[in-house]
Amino acid sequence: MLTVNDLHASYGAIKALHGVSLEVEEGELVALLGTNGAGKSTTLKSISGVLRPLAGTVRFLGDEITGRKPEAIVKKGLSLVPEGRDIFGSLTVAENLRLGAFSSYERNRYQEDLEEQFALFPILKERFNQPGGQLSGGEQQQLAIARALMSRPKLLMLDEPSLGLSPALVDQIFALIETLRDRGTTILLVEQNAERALEIADRAYVLKNGLIKFSGTPQQLESELDLASVYFGGEEGMGEVTV
Amino acid sequence: MNEFIINTLSLGSLYALIALGLVFVYGILKLVNFAYGEYIMTAGYGLFLLGTYTPLPWWSVMLLSVALAALMSYLTELIAFRPVRTKSLTAMLVTSFAVSVLLQNAALLFISPRSRAVQLPAAFNQSVALLGVTTPLRNLLTIGTTVALLVGLTLLMKYTVLGIAMRAASDKFSTTRLMGVPANLVISVAFIISGLLAGVVSVFWVGRSASVDPLIGFTPLLIAFIATVIGGMRSLVGAVAGGYVYGLLFNVLSITLPASVINYRDAFMFLIVILFLLLRPEGLIRGSYTEERVG
Ligand SMILES: Nc1ncnc2c1ncn2[C@@H]1O[C@H](COP(=O)(O)OP(=O)(O)OP(=O)(O)O)[C@@H](O)[C@H]1O
Ligand SMILES: [Mg+2]
Repeated sequence: MLTVNDLHASYGAIKALHGVSLEVEEGELVALLGTNGAGKSTTLKSISGVLRPLAGTVRFLGDEITGRKPEAIVKKGLSLVPEGRDIFGSLTVAENLRLGAFSSYERNRYQEDLEEQFALFPILKERFNQPGGQLSGGEQQQLAIARALMSRPKLLMLDEPSLGLSPALVDQIFALIETLRDRGTTILLVEQNAERALEIADRAYVLKNGLIKFSGTPQQLESELDLASVYFGGEEGMGEVTV
Repeated sequence: MNEFIINTLSLGSLYALIALGLVFVYGILKLVNFAYGEYIMTAGYGLFLLGTYTPLPWWSVMLLSVALAALMSYLTELIAFRPVRTKSLTAMLVTSFAVSVLLQNAALLFISPRSRAVQLPAAFNQSVALLGVTTPLRNLLTIGTTVALLVGLTLLMKYTVLGIAMRAASDKFSTTRLMGVPANLVISVAFIISGLLAGVVSVFWVGRSASVDPLIGFTPLLIAFIATVIGGMRSLVGAVAGGYVYGLLFNVLSITLPASVINYRDAFMFLIVILFLLLRPEGLIRGSYTEERVG
């Protein structure tokens, strides 16, 4: 469904990606893991068109979408829930959701989709006419995901959805991600919380310094390298693993 | 007193429209568009050319001139600003200077450096009596038109998807694109609305002096700056509030300053502006715009 090949990206002179390749098949939940600054968000930004990659290709549903405008990419069915939620604080919950449906709006489908979000996120119904900025962090994360779902994405990319949430809310978000996967949404999940992500992922990639250092199933990942070393350690664990 | 109120409302309305047109583009692109005054000039020459050389009735001359300003605004966005948009904000500022100078010089070269008389319907300047005050009809039209435009724009921004997208874009531009909102659409609409406002401003501005010249856009641009310093650059409401407060301050100064210093009214005005910058640099209305730039 999504094929990323040898992606290079930079912020001015700072190179962030040195040739990232990854693949997501239809129906899969793929985790993209890595430490702070590894390039996870940069990868998602390059895929979704927010950042124009220096080199490499991104193919989605058989078409090359490398360097296309973000608005064109979301219209094709690839939605990103950005890091830090990025909801529109001065817009109401209702308006946030309406914008989520911008690319795929159909009058008779809209109400249906709204009801679906309310079923998944009851709090959004309660807060429907409140400004997004008045929601708590967890509520904002729910709004950000619901907003992305309003476009009926074929592939949903989530950038650290559990960041900054209380343990109970983290549970809730992971349960939700599983629900979405079970309903057939393909998901590319970026997480710092590797353990939790590996519990639900079909496959995982580990990114380090802008390069994929590992790819495989969660079981392979756990047996082949000490998770802690991916996150806190130096090169010991990483040196042995080649992609 | 009633006369003071009507005069202040009329002047404030004009200033509010002037400021609003500038802030519409600023809100989304974070660009102070120096060419804004030249959109006012464009409509002014539209009034002159269409009114003098065509047999069109006055109302269609006005509508066409307003449309001309909107078109000019849109064209400058398309031709001048769009290509440099992804560069730096400085590049955009320099571009807006260039567009401003270019349009002024085009008017100097192709029309005339001297001011041209503009024919407006006599009714425009006719006096009418209201609440025991005789005032030019123009003043009441300014107030009425402004109220209608403000109501219309409020409805547009609040209840249409386009309006919601415009508000979102002035908050977080690149996230708005991630919703599928085309960047070009939002920016073009902002320029078109800015141009429409400039056109309407032009009708009333030219209505005061009954003439147009290549430098006519300078004073309105300055007024827009001052009004936005007072009201705040970060929200549409701030711009409108700033326009009315500026109109009020201006009229209060006109009345209270003794005859000997009335010529220094502008100096007093700038003193107030400096006080605002020192004491309340964000203006009266803080607004919710972020300073994120459009990349
Ligand atoms: N806007 C930016 N300007 C300059 N450098 C940036 C910018 N954003 C990220 N970088 C750099 O690019 C590299 C990759 O950053 P990225 O945000 O992709 O990391 P990440 O894996 O998402 O980290 P985190 O887990 O902290 O979100 C880092 O070295 C970072 O310093
Ligand atoms: Mg990140």
